[in-house]
Amino acid sequence: MNSPLVSESLDPAVFRQLHIDLAGILDRPNLLSESEEVTPYECDGLSAYRQRPMLVALPEDIDQLIAVVKTCHRHKVPIVARGAGTGLSGGALPLSNGVLLVLAKFNQILSIDQKGRTATVQPGVRNLAISEAVDQYGLYYAPDPSSQIACSIGGNVAENSGGVHCLKYGLTVHNILQLKVVTVTGELVTIGSKALDSPGFDLLALMTGSEGMLGIVVEVVVKLLPKPTHTSLVLAAFDSVEAAGHAVGGVISAGIIPAGLEMMDNFAIRATEDFAQCGYPIDAEAILLCEVDGTEDEALAQVDQVTAVMKHFRATEVRIAADEAERLLFWKGRKMAFPAMGRISADYYCIDGTIPRSQLPHVLNKMEEWSKEFDLRVANVFHAGDGNLHPLILFDANIPGELERTEEFAGKILDLCIEVGGTITGEHGVGIEKINQMCNQFSTTEIDQFHALKAAFDPNTLLNPGKAIPTLQRCAEHGAMHVHNGELPFPELERF
Amino acid sequence: MSDLSKQISAQIQQAADQNSAVRIQGGNSKAFYSRALDGSLDLVDVSGHTGVVNYEPTELVLTARAGTTIQELSETLGEKNQHLAFDPPVLGGLATIGGTLASGFSGPCRPYLGSIRDHVLGTHIVNGNGDYLRFGGEVMKNVAGYDIARLMAGAMGTLGVIMQVSLKVLPKPQKEATLCFELAQGDALSMMRELGDSPIPVSGACFDNGRVYVRLSGSEVGVASASKTLGGETMSDGEAVWISLREFSHAFFDTELPIWRLSLPTQACPDLSGETLIDWGGQQWWLRSDAPIKEIQFAAAKAGGHATLFKGGDRSGEVFHPLSDTMMQLHENVRLSFDPKRILNPGAQYPS
Repeated sequence: MNSPLVSESLDPAVFRQLHIDLAGILDRPNLLSESEEVTPYECDGLSAYRQRPMLVALPEDIDQLIAVVKTCHRHKVPIVARGAGTGLSGGALPLSNGVLLVLAKFNQILSIDQKGRTATVQPGVRNLAISEAVDQYGLYYAPDPSSQIACSIGGNVAENSGGVHCLKYGLTVHNILQLKVVTVTGELVTIGSKALDSPGFDLLALMTGSEGMLGIVVEVVVKLLPKPTHTSLVLAAFDSVEAAGHAVGGVISAGIIPAGLEMMDNFAIRATEDFAQCGYPIDAEAILLCEVDGTEDEALAQVDQVTAVMKHFRATEVRIAADEAERLLFWKGRKMAFPAMGRISADYYCIDGTIPRSQLPHVLNKMEEWSKEFDLRVANVFHAGDGNLHPLILFDANIPGELERTEEFAGKILDLCIEVGGTITGEHGVGIEKINQMCNQFSTTEIDQFHALKAAFDPNTLLNPGKAIPTLQRCAEHGAMHVHNGELPFPELERF
Repeated sequence: MSDLSKQISAQIQQAADQNSAVRIQGGNSKAFYSRALDGSLDLVDVSGHTGVVNYEPTELVLTARAGTTIQELSETLGEKNQHLAFDPPVLGGLATIGGTLASGFSGPCRPYLGSIRDHVLGTHIVNGNGDYLRFGGEVMKNVAGYDIARLMAGAMGTLGVIMQVSLKVLPKPQKEATLCFELAQGDALSMMRELGDSPIPVSGACFDNGRVYVRLSGSEVGVASASKTLGGETMSDGEAVWISLREFSHAFFDTELPIWRLSLPTQACPDLSGETLIDWGGQQWWLRSDAPIKEIQFAAAKAGGHATLFKGGDRSGEVFHPLSDTMMQLHENVRLSFDPKRILNPGAQYPS
């Protein structure tokens, strides 16, 4: 297991003064310090990692937030920002010597520009709440991570969240226009604009996915899209995962960019069918869910094309959702895949590696081999269109050693993703969870460059320290003697 | 096809050791766009660093060395019926993918299909220390580390010598059509804005001399039904409109006057003196004008956008829109984190 963050304890005198100063900014209910008050904040969506924060601050407006940040900066106390706490990589794991800055009270949609097709929202607004608020105008916000009911837009920016529709509609970075960000020194800056580009460096792209390491997002302008007038879903069954993989390539080769293209393996199909009764063919080795959208004529023409491709690639069965109710039912299974796993296993561990799709059979075969070796079951549910795997390793944390075995297994899968030309994380972020694997994906000089860039924003390393980018010291301790292109990653290690 | 990674890294290392600045050049097709660089600086010539390194049509990914021309990429992709959806200028066959990324150039489809930064998946760069670094990759989704690959877009080579670029590529549309409408400017802006209110396959909208041109790209049925809905006159040589905008070969660009590019919010209507040509559905205004620089910058900022002195004028003065003091400081910090000795294209973007 990646060891929790080692944080130096804070000088008690500094802590007392910090507490007094923050109490001068925030009302008593918005500044938590007692053990029973801060414990609910000890973890995010990755509950295997827990750490009680020293203090929890819940500012109610930007002025208060800036005052909190300036106070922490003055005392050189680290800050971890947190939105809805649904993150899956421990990015919002608190620090024992730091302040957890909770943005839950920033939950207002500030304005909707129907004609300009934008919405200006606070970071604590839930992803789905944006689409709900603009539905009356025939608009929606495209990125739809599976946690969209609960996750907040500020966290989506921090993680560059994707979802099931990002092959066609892009990630968070493609769907936001402007951010207001509070820097570590407490200055409010505007990054991006309502125009399509801005002068200077593309700091909007840099901030997106930066995991709260460069600044604190306090306002987001999102792009809105017109809702498709017609959406159709095709479900195709295959007698091998490999055949389904070839069909995915076939759809792309036919010149179709589906709105969503998801794959589930037999284990996942059975588990979700048991749980959600969505009519999946339980004998299939794999199913593909392929959604197409647009104007009615366009969508219907694409359904015909997709159906022909699936049949050409030897689908054993092709079903077209007959109506909206059946379309939602087919999706329900996919969206319930994670809770379905929760029902058949005490715990599960979700992996987020992304690979070139051509490597799919190789990676799936390896996983099956290791599944036997580690004696841990794996279900595969993933975004097939963009190669983003979500293998779910099933385990029981109450069985001694099982979590450690799971993490070792997961680490091997992530290393394999790097080896085949992919990445350790497609959309969940590095956080604390995958920090050791960063040492395998990047060279020493690349990690140095990341640290230099962080220092450009945060020279004292006060924003979410210890996450996302490993120290070279940590890489050395991790002992990641991973050989890349025949070269050891840390030949000059003695420097450190 | 040749690999100059080692030579270029060594050249930058040596320049860093000697504290001597360099100017970076690919096909030399966009020198007009930069702030003026000191011509006596040593040249880092990336034009020989060429070749498609990887192209897998079913993965929708292409990786090429930075000196590879846009023309060559288009030909390679065309063989598989794919293209660069951000439709960058070819500039007589000289434009390279590295230069296109450094300048952040995208064509008329930008509001509808995205810019080059939206399609970048990974880059290799040589930073100001001469380190060869790889960021991003060849997969659609990748959140490992900061998004340095996209940060290169429009950075004018001041953060690193771009060595290799991986891009998302897309299938070519089955069908394209260009429709023409005669409208006054105010109505034209409203019409172009409204195109985005429904999911019709628009890939271009511009206003030129009393006419709105709308390009549709998509499936046969999608384009046919959208054409019917929108009406207007279907042009037989519609493609020429879009090429002339993309390549800056439209008669509008044939002038001795300074040419400005204003990037604006939807339906903005800035107060400008001079002739205009409006692209990007109203979000990119071209202006021919010798009005004072501050007047043009003020008009753009008041409308919620920014102005760039795109071509001509005083290239040693302000070319890119000025930044606030805080943003300028952040920019300088970012730049120094890549290029601590300020040797890469110094002054290409803002005065060094």
